[in-house]
Amino acid sequence: MIQPAKPDLITVNIDGREIAVPKGTNVIEAARLLGVEVPHYCYHPKLSIVGNCRMCLVEMGLPAVDPATKQPIMDPATGKQRINWIPRPTIGCATNASPGLHIRTTTPLVKECREGVMEFLLINHPLDCPICDQAGECSLQEHATGYGRGYSRFIERKNVKPKRTALGPRVTLDDERCILCSRCVRFSKEIAKDDVLGFIDRGSYSTLTCYPGRKLENNYSLNTVDICPVGALTSTDFRFKMRVWFLKQTDSIDPESSAGCNTVVWSREGAIYRITPRRNDEVNDTWMPDSGRELYKQVRAENRLASVKVNGADSSFDIAVNAAAQLLKEGSVAVVGSGRSSVEEQFLAGKLAAVLKAPAWLVSRTGEGDGILLSADRNPNVRGALVTGLIKELPAVQLTALAAKIDAGEIKTVVSFGEDLAAAGLTAAQLAKVRVIYLGTQADATSTAAAVLLPVLTPFEKNGTLINQQFRLQKFHQAVPSLAGATDDLIVLAKLLAAVGAGTIPAEVNALWPVLAAEIPSFAAITFASLPATGLLLDSTPWAKLPFVEGETLHYKPAVPATA
Amino acid sequence: MSAPEQRRLIFKHIDEPGYTNDLACYVRHGGYEVLKKTVQRKPEELIDEVKKSGLRGRGGAGFPCGVKWTLVDRKSGKPIYLVVNADESEPGTFKDRYIMHQDPHQLIEGIMITCFANNVKQAYIYIRGEFPEGARILEKAIAEARAANFCGPNILGTAYGCEIYVHRGAGAYICGEETGLIESLEGKRPYPRIKPPYFPAVLGLYQCPTIVNNVETLCHVKHIADMGGDTYAKIGTPNNTGTRILCVSGHVQRPGYYEYEVGKITMGQLLYDVCGGPLPGRKFKAVIPGGSSAKILKFGENFTLKNKDGSTRTLTVEDIPMDFDTLAACGTMGGSGGVIVMDDSVNMVEALGNINEFYAHESCGQCTPCREGSLWMKKITGRMVHAGARPEDGTLLKSVADQIAGRTICAFGEACAWPTQSFVLKFGDEFKGYDEAKKARPADALDLV
Repeated sequence: MIQPAKPDLITVNIDGREIAVPKGTNVIEAARLLGVEVPHYCYHPKLSIVGNCRMCLVEMGLPAVDPATKQPIMDPATGKQRINWIPRPTIGCATNASPGLHIRTTTPLVKECREGVMEFLLINHPLDCPICDQAGECSLQEHATGYGRGYSRFIERKNVKPKRTALGPRVTLDDERCILCSRCVRFSKEIAKDDVLGFIDRGSYSTLTCYPGRKLENNYSLNTVDICPVGALTSTDFRFKMRVWFLKQTDSIDPESSAGCNTVVWSREGAIYRITPRRNDEVNDTWMPDSGRELYKQVRAENRLASVKVNGADSSFDIAVNAAAQLLKEGSVAVVGSGRSSVEEQFLAGKLAAVLKAPAWLVSRTGEGDGILLSADRNPNVRGALVTGLIKELPAVQLTALAAKIDAGEIKTVVSFGEDLAAAGLTAAQLAKVRVIYLGTQADATSTAAAVLLPVLTPFEKNGTLINQQFRLQKFHQAVPSLAGATDDLIVLAKLLAAVGAGTIPAEVNALWPVLAAEIPSFAAITFASLPATGLLLDSTPWAKLPFVEGETLHYKPAVPATA
Repeated sequence: MSAPEQRRLIFKHIDEPGYTNDLACYVRHGGYEVLKKTVQRKPEELIDEVKKSGLRGRGGAGFPCGVKWTLVDRKSGKPIYLVVNADESEPGTFKDRYIMHQDPHQLIEGIMITCFANNVKQAYIYIRGEFPEGARILEKAIAEARAANFCGPNILGTAYGCEIYVHRGAGAYICGEETGLIESLEGKRPYPRIKPPYFPAVLGLYQCPTIVNNVETLCHVKHIADMGGDTYAKIGTPNNTGTRILCVSGHVQRPGYYEYEVGKITMGQLLYDVCGGPLPGRKFKAVIPGGSSAKILKFGENFTLKNKDGSTRTLTVEDIPMDFDTLAACGTMGGSGGVIVMDDSVNMVEALGNINEFYAHESCGQCTPCREGSLWMKKITGRMVHAGARPEDGTLLKSVADQIAGRTICAFGEACAWPTQSFVLKFGDEFKGYDEAKKARPADALDLV
């Protein structure tokens, strides 16, 4: 790993405690490092600073210097340099660390400032927490409890604003709850590069809206819901479905492209309610595409495979595994792996191919990269297949090599890991010449025609790792129990391996990782448990010459110019 | 006590019979002679003259003009812009309007001298949206000046050139705040910028160093270039140099605009001798000395001020000289020179209600205290006037104002808080007893709308 250049450290004093922070760190972040909360609404670490909420007001002082001699002025009482405290409060978000900066966050003035801002924010707020989706994760609730007065002096009429404006297909706005922090406006402009949001009217009647004739419909629109500190911007999908405090949070990875956005899957009693981004400053900051948030719907989708089948008839798992093993033992096998499979599954698929001396391919899946967090490679784990040795070259657009072998009669059985072979370029005639063992989650032409069908799990029902475009090994966890009728991919693979005489292989990620660490040089000394939540960057040099398809995205620059 | 004579420097030709706002008339009266001499001088010399003159900005804050020019980042390699703040919106102020309407070339000459001194190649006049006539006059004057080679490329045969553009606002008070103005000029909502880091002198218009000066200030620059900074500094009083235009409105016999040396006339002289005193049968009650955002002065109150030698002196409202420093020492400000006079016919709750309505309407809505506080104060005074008033409303009003002042992005926070703070502080009894006063009114009294 390349070490970042050592930043210039600046020592600041917050509430009497000193801390050294990198140049450019603002007071809010410096205080956070000391465990001191400076409450704020409009400030967001990944957006530009506007300083409009005024919640982060603190007292600021600088070491006294004689203007004539430039010499420090000492305080005889303490023997230290005297601090000139500025009588007016200063916003912490726009105040960067400077040598000797002193900050006070607990003084009566600061307390009074916070109480004032809290009171102002609440006077025209509807206080409809009992029906508000944000309740439980609302900055207004938190800071009102932490820093507010606890009572209201407001007896006038509250302002009335639109209650349910559809800003776009996925975002619904409750304008009365909006505190006009402009996070969503800045996000749309600065991150999504789709400048559609703005304020109309002025003063307290200011109202968030889309530009005339425009909609908030870009693929990042739901991030505005995430960063909305109050319940103004809500997800149309999640709205009124579930109280957030009932939901279990599980760390996961967005499997829709090789960008590998870190996510949190929110579930309750086996059902997933929403997916939100998880901060990773090296990968996705605090963002993710809208498209990745809907993927949980595949868990309980209509076309989900839930019955083991042999030659089209319902069967039992053991019979199906035996039937599959029979086919495999007959030889002339080809493996069609998947860039959607986890590293562990690819490793075992590679083992299966090796034992059977079967050629292995991967199905290419590309789209247009959006330059943000959706990369051109829509497989989340092509690099996993390279690192585990399942494949040596990048997947071709079509499975022409496999087709040629089938035409030549060299292949009798194809093992497909959830890949629809028809969609991948095999003709009906070619498919008819082979028997397919299919491990998949959703029904397609290949699953219907499969000789042995073994339903397996979606990424939300299992543990595993993926290697993203940066060669960053990242893990995802099981959020919900597996669907009845479907079996963990690793168990299926371990059973097949055992059936074809490859010995006993652990069928669980924690137990499997010592094997991976021992056999794959890139994984030496790594265990599943010790893998950091934000992932681990692997050495990519062995694959540096491969023409990867990804263009530039957030925190990723292609090593070689992307090929068209 | 008789008032000193007016010293009309800027308003020399205002309302002069036969004086027109075209170039020929201006040139006939010696116009553009200063510019002709100026372009032969070194720019640094001119900046020095302005520094020596002690000229303070006439827009409201009274910031020293020379210092403002010195703060401009001249090493960035970026162009330097001049923005002329002609968004005269402070209630009670009506001086820039007359300069632009009746003597636009004086402004243009001041702009060109300023631009030459600061190596500015593009100047923008941001004129208030409600001044369509002023904008038309300025456009015409600029065209005339350009045709006569007083502005545009290679002025007066030199290598120096500068273009002046007129930009009309759309009717928002906040566009008078310099960074709000810059945002508006850039085509955005006029949300004032946070300072630091966006000081106009460094990161102003289009993130380039920018000088923002008021119309009257720039006219003074012309006279400083003419007479020299030292001579100009002798006008007025120390640290309060030059002349300034006082716009008197409200309950006096002769409201209007008067130009005096700064600090050479007292409030009493201005209101009694110059403006003819109160209306028949009335008495002065209060005066706002520098535009509606300045803190109100109550007739009858005394101010004890420290002299330089440590002794003290006591002033009544009538004694206060109309300068920057004494007004500030009395807890208010010279501001934009808009003197608003109220006599004993005025109910202070209703007067404050009017002011609060203005500021609630004009708050841009960007930062919390001003956005919510200004409307809350309006709602309180509105309720007091039109529905039920409570004795404790005055205290509440002041507490709300205290939560605004000093905690906002721009000076609008103070502008909307100071009236409430000072009205309640000085006329607290009227707020406490307002409900009773309303009930005691004759049945046929006129209703406030």
